[in-house]
Amino acid sequence: MDNKIRQKILFIAFCLVALVYVIRLMQLQIVDDSYFRSAQENVLQEQTIYPARGLIYDRNGELLVYNDAVYDLSVIPIEVKTLDTALFCKVLGISPEQFRYKFEKLKRQKGYAPYKKCIFDRQISIPVYAAFQEHLYDFRGFYVDVRTDRKYAHSNAAHIMGYISEVTDRDIENSNGYYQMGDFKGMSGVERSYEKELGGIKGIKYILVDSKARTQGRYKNGEYDTPSVSGKNINLSLDYKLQALGEELMQNKIGSVVAIEPATGEILAMVSTPSYDPNLFVGRDRGKHYMELLLDPAKPLFNRTIAAPYPPGSIFKILMALTGQQEHVLTPATTYGCSRGYLFVGCHAHGSPLPLRGGIAVSCNSYFCQVYRSVVNNPAYKLREDAYKSFRKHITSFGLGSKLGVDLYGEGSGLVPTSEYYDKIYGRYRWQALTTISLGIGQGELGITPLQMANATAAVANRGYYITPHIVKKIDSKLNPNPDFNKKHWSTIDTSYFQVVIDGMQDVVEHGTAYIAKIPGIEICGKTGTAQNPHGKDHSIFFAFAPKNKPKIAIAVVVENAGFGATYAAPIASLMMEEYLNKKHDTRKALYERMIKANLTHKNTNDSAATKTH
Amino acid sequence: MTQLQPKPTKFDWLTLMLYYVFVLAGLLCIYASVYKETNPMIYDNSMNYGKQLVWIGISFFVGLMILLVDEKFFYAFAYGLYGIGIVMLLSVFALGTEIKGSSSWIRVGGIQFQPAEIAKFATALALSKYLSGYNIQFKERKTQMICAAMILLPMVIILFQNETGSALVFVAFALVLYREGLPGWLLLVGIALGVLSVLALLVKPLYIIIGLVVLAGAFLLMVRRTMLLIYLTVGIIAFASAYVSSVDYVFENVLQAHQKSRINVLLGKEVDMKGAGYNVQQSKIAIGSGGLLGKGFLEGTQNKFRFVPEQSTDFIFCTIGEEYGFAGSFLFIVLYMLLLWRLLFMAERQRYKFNRIYGYSVVSILFFHFTINVGMTLGLMPVIGIPLPYFSYGGSALLSFTVLLFIFIRLDANRMNELTSGAD
Repeated sequence: MDNKIRQKILFIAFCLVALVYVIRLMQLQIVDDSYFRSAQENVLQEQTIYPARGLIYDRNGELLVYNDAVYDLSVIPIEVKTLDTALFCKVLGISPEQFRYKFEKLKRQKGYAPYKKCIFDRQISIPVYAAFQEHLYDFRGFYVDVRTDRKYAHSNAAHIMGYISEVTDRDIENSNGYYQMGDFKGMSGVERSYEKELGGIKGIKYILVDSKARTQGRYKNGEYDTPSVSGKNINLSLDYKLQALGEELMQNKIGSVVAIEPATGEILAMVSTPSYDPNLFVGRDRGKHYMELLLDPAKPLFNRTIAAPYPPGSIFKILMALTGQQEHVLTPATTYGCSRGYLFVGCHAHGSPLPLRGGIAVSCNSYFCQVYRSVVNNPAYKLREDAYKSFRKHITSFGLGSKLGVDLYGEGSGLVPTSEYYDKIYGRYRWQALTTISLGIGQGELGITPLQMANATAAVANRGYYITPHIVKKIDSKLNPNPDFNKKHWSTIDTSYFQVVIDGMQDVVEHGTAYIAKIPGIEICGKTGTAQNPHGKDHSIFFAFAPKNKPKIAIAVVVENAGFGATYAAPIASLMMEEYLNKKHDTRKALYERMIKANLTHKNTNDSAATKTH
Repeated sequence: MTQLQPKPTKFDWLTLMLYYVFVLAGLLCIYASVYKETNPMIYDNSMNYGKQLVWIGISFFVGLMILLVDEKFFYAFAYGLYGIGIVMLLSVFALGTEIKGSSSWIRVGGIQFQPAEIAKFATALALSKYLSGYNIQFKERKTQMICAAMILLPMVIILFQNETGSALVFVAFALVLYREGLPGWLLLVGIALGVLSVLALLVKPLYIIIGLVVLAGAFLLMVRRTMLLIYLTVGIIAFASAYVSSVDYVFENVLQAHQKSRINVLLGKEVDMKGAGYNVQQSKIAIGSGGLLGKGFLEGTQNKFRFVPEQSTDFIFCTIGEEYGFAGSFLFIVLYMLLLWRLLFMAERQRYKFNRIYGYSVVSILFFHFTINVGMTLGLMPVIGIPLPYFSYGGSALLSFTVLLFIFIRLDANRMNELTSGAD
C-alpha cells in the first residue's frame, strides 16, 4: 500500500510542477502585455526615407546646386565573422594598419554596440564602390548605403548658397524628434534660411527584421508607412553670369558687391571676397576644409555683404542732400564755398562755390558738412537732439542702422548712432552739429553693410521707396513666394526732392569723380566714396544705378583698403552694370584686365606674416 | 518455453498515440521555427526539419522493431547494454568531436550522436535488472551503494564531458529509488539542500547561518527539550552551515564562468542581455507575445526572425507558446501530464519488478526533461541545455527517447501473457 501512496505522491508532485508552469504561462501570456510590445519592438524597424533635397537655380534657370549620390560604407560588427582582411584592404585601398585603426576607433565611439550598424567609412569613391559591390558577398557584415550629398555646378556664390552639415545635438533636441543623428540640414546661406522648403519631409517605412537586423519584408504591406515629400526647387534671383563676373573682378581683393533690381528688391549679385569653392563642403574631407577656412585670417567664411559694417564715405552725401531738402534747410540752389576743407575736414581742389548738383558731382566735403550742420542746428527745432532725431529718422528710412530682413542667415544691422549714443559720449545737451560733423560726409560712427548701401541706392533709384532685398525669386515655380518681399517701404523723403540729387549722381559719372564708370549709351547715376578707416588705406566705395529713368540695376561696391572710390569700386560696378544691361563686359578690355589683375591682398599677407614674426 | 508475440491490441495504444501526436506536433514546431518565407519546401535535407523527418522515419522503424523483439531480450542484455553505454561514454574522450562547446559527441559517417543518450536507457535497464534480482533488498546498505554507483558512474563521466544538462538527468533516478523504498526524508533532505544551495548563492552564507541559528533557537525554546533533540538540532545546524559555505566555495572556485553566469542570470543577480539572459529574455518575449490564442502556425515573428537562439532544439517550447498561445501551451502541458500519468499507471500494473522499475525510470526521465526544459523557457529554471523529449530537434535524442519509451511499451504488452502462461 505504501508503494501505491508513493505513486500518488509522485503524480501530485508532477501536477504541482505543471500547475506552477500554467500559472507562469498565464502571467506571461495573458496578464502581462509588455512581452507583446517587446516582441513588436524586436521585429519592427523604423526606416527613414530621406527626401531628395530641392535643387537651386539662378533667375535664368541655370542649375547651381543639385544632389549627387554618395556611398557610405557601414558595418554591423557582430556579423563580420570571416573576413579576408587582405582582400578587404586591397579593395578599399587602405593598409592593414589603417583597417585596424579604423576598427579600434569605431569601437571607442559613443553608443557603439556590436549589433548596431555604424559607419565604417564615409563617402567612398565610385570605383571603390564598384569594386566593393563585386565582393560584397565576401565581406559579410559590411553594407554600402546610398545617401545624397550636395554638388555645386559652379564654384561661385558660396556664401549665398551656404552649405549643409550633420545636425548637432542641439538641433536634435530642438527639433521635436524630427532630426536624428546623422541627418543633414542647411547651416548657412539659402540652405539654412530655406531649410523648410529645400529639406522636404522625411518619410517612415516600417519593415520587419530578424534578429540579425536583416530585412524580412514590409509591415502590414506598408499600411502604416508615410511617404517622404521631396524638397522644393528654388530659383534664386541671382544672375549667375553677373555673379561670376563680380567674383572674377573681385578676385584677390577683399570686399563686397551687391546688385539689386530696384523695382523688385531682387538681389542680382552678391559677392563677398575672399570666397571659397562651395564644393569644399562636399566629400570626405569637408571637416578638414572647414577647419582650414575657419582658421584662415582673411575670414573667407564671413559673408561681408550682409554682416560687415563699413563707414559709407561720400556716398552718404546723397542721403544728406535728400535729408537737407526734406528738412527745408537746403534747396537745389543753395551754394556753399569751399576753401579745400571745412574746419578740420579737408577737401580736394575743385571749383567753388557750388550749388547742390555741383557739390554732389565733385563730392565737396565742405558743402555737405554745412548741410549737416544746418540740418542738426536747424532753428526749427528747439533742441539739437530733436533735429538730430529727425535726421536719423530720414537716414534710417532708407533701411540703414537696422536689419533689412534679407532671406539669408547672419545679417548685421550696421550702425546709425542714436542721439542717446552721443549723450552717453558727450553728455546730454553737450553736443551739436560740429561735434559730429564727420557724419555729414559718411564718416564717424556710421556703419553700413554693403547690402544696406545697395538697398539705399535702390531706394534712390525708385525715387523714394525700396522693397526688402531678397535672394529667392521662385519656390517650386511660384513667383514671389513671400508677401513681405512685395511691400514698398517708403522713405521719409518726398519724391520731388530726388530729381536734383539723381541729376547730380549722373554728373558724377558723366564728368565728376567717377567718369571712369561711364558707359556710352547708358545713363548711369552713381556716387563714389572713399572711406577712412582704422584698418589701413581708405576703402574704395561706389554705388550706382542705371539706367537713370527706368532703373534696372542698383549696385554697391566696397573694396577694402584700395584707395579712392573711383580707383576700383567704380570700374567694377561699371563693368558689372554693362554686363547686366548690355550682356557684355569686354568693350573696355584694358579696364577689365586691370581689375582682374589687381591684387590687393599681397600687402595684407605680408603684414600678417610680419606680425607673426614679432 | 516459447513466448508468443503479443497481439497488437496488447500495446498501450494511449501511450503510442500520445507519442505520435508529440512527434508530429514537434515536427510542425521545428518546421515553424526554421521556416523562411523564401524557402517553404518541407523536404530539404539541408534544413533541420528535413533532417528531422528522416530521423522520425528511423525512430518509427526502430520503435516498430522494438515492439517485435522478445521482451526477455532487454532483461538479458541489460548489463551488456549498460557496459556498452559506459564504453561509448569513455570512447568520447578518444574519438569525440566538439560541438557547441560540448565534447560529448561521436561522429560516425555523417551522423553524430551523444553516447549520453544511450547511457540513459542503458542505466535504466541495468538498474531495473539489478533491483529486480533475486534476493535483492533495497533496504540493505550494499544494495543502495551499488545502485548509487550504477547511477553515478555514467553521470560523472558525462560531467567530465562538459555536458552538465545530460548529467543532471541522472538525478531523476532518485524518484525511481523513492518508489522502490528510498526513505522519503532523504528526498526531502535533497530538496532542502537544493533550497539551501539557491539561498547560499543569493545571500551571504553568514546571514543564512545566523538565520538558521535563530530558527533553531526558537524551535528549541518552543518544544520540550531533551538532550537528544538539542544534539540533533545543533548537528543539523552545523551541517547546514558547512554545506552553505561549501556551496559558496564551489560556486566561486569550481564552476566555470558560463555556468556561473547562467545561474546568476536565473537568480536575477546578473543581467546579461547578450548571453544567457538574452536567451531567457527572448524566450519569455516569444512566449509572452503569444497571448491567449497565439499568432497561428508560421505567424510567430519571434520564431521566424530568429530572435530566440536554439529555437528548434532547447527552446522549442517558445514556438508552441508564441504560435499557439496560452491555449496551445496549456493543452501541451495537459497532454504531457496525461502521458506521465499513463506511464505511472502502466508501471504500477506490472507484475515483474524489472518492468515496473524500468517504467518508473522512463517516467522520471521524461518528467525531469519536461520540468527543466519548459521551466527554462519560462525563466523559472536555469538555462541547462536539455531537450524537450519528442519535440526538440535532434536526431539522436529523438531516437533514444523513442527507444526508452518503446522498450517500456513492449515490456508492458506482455503483462497479459504473464497472467495466461503463468509464472515460470
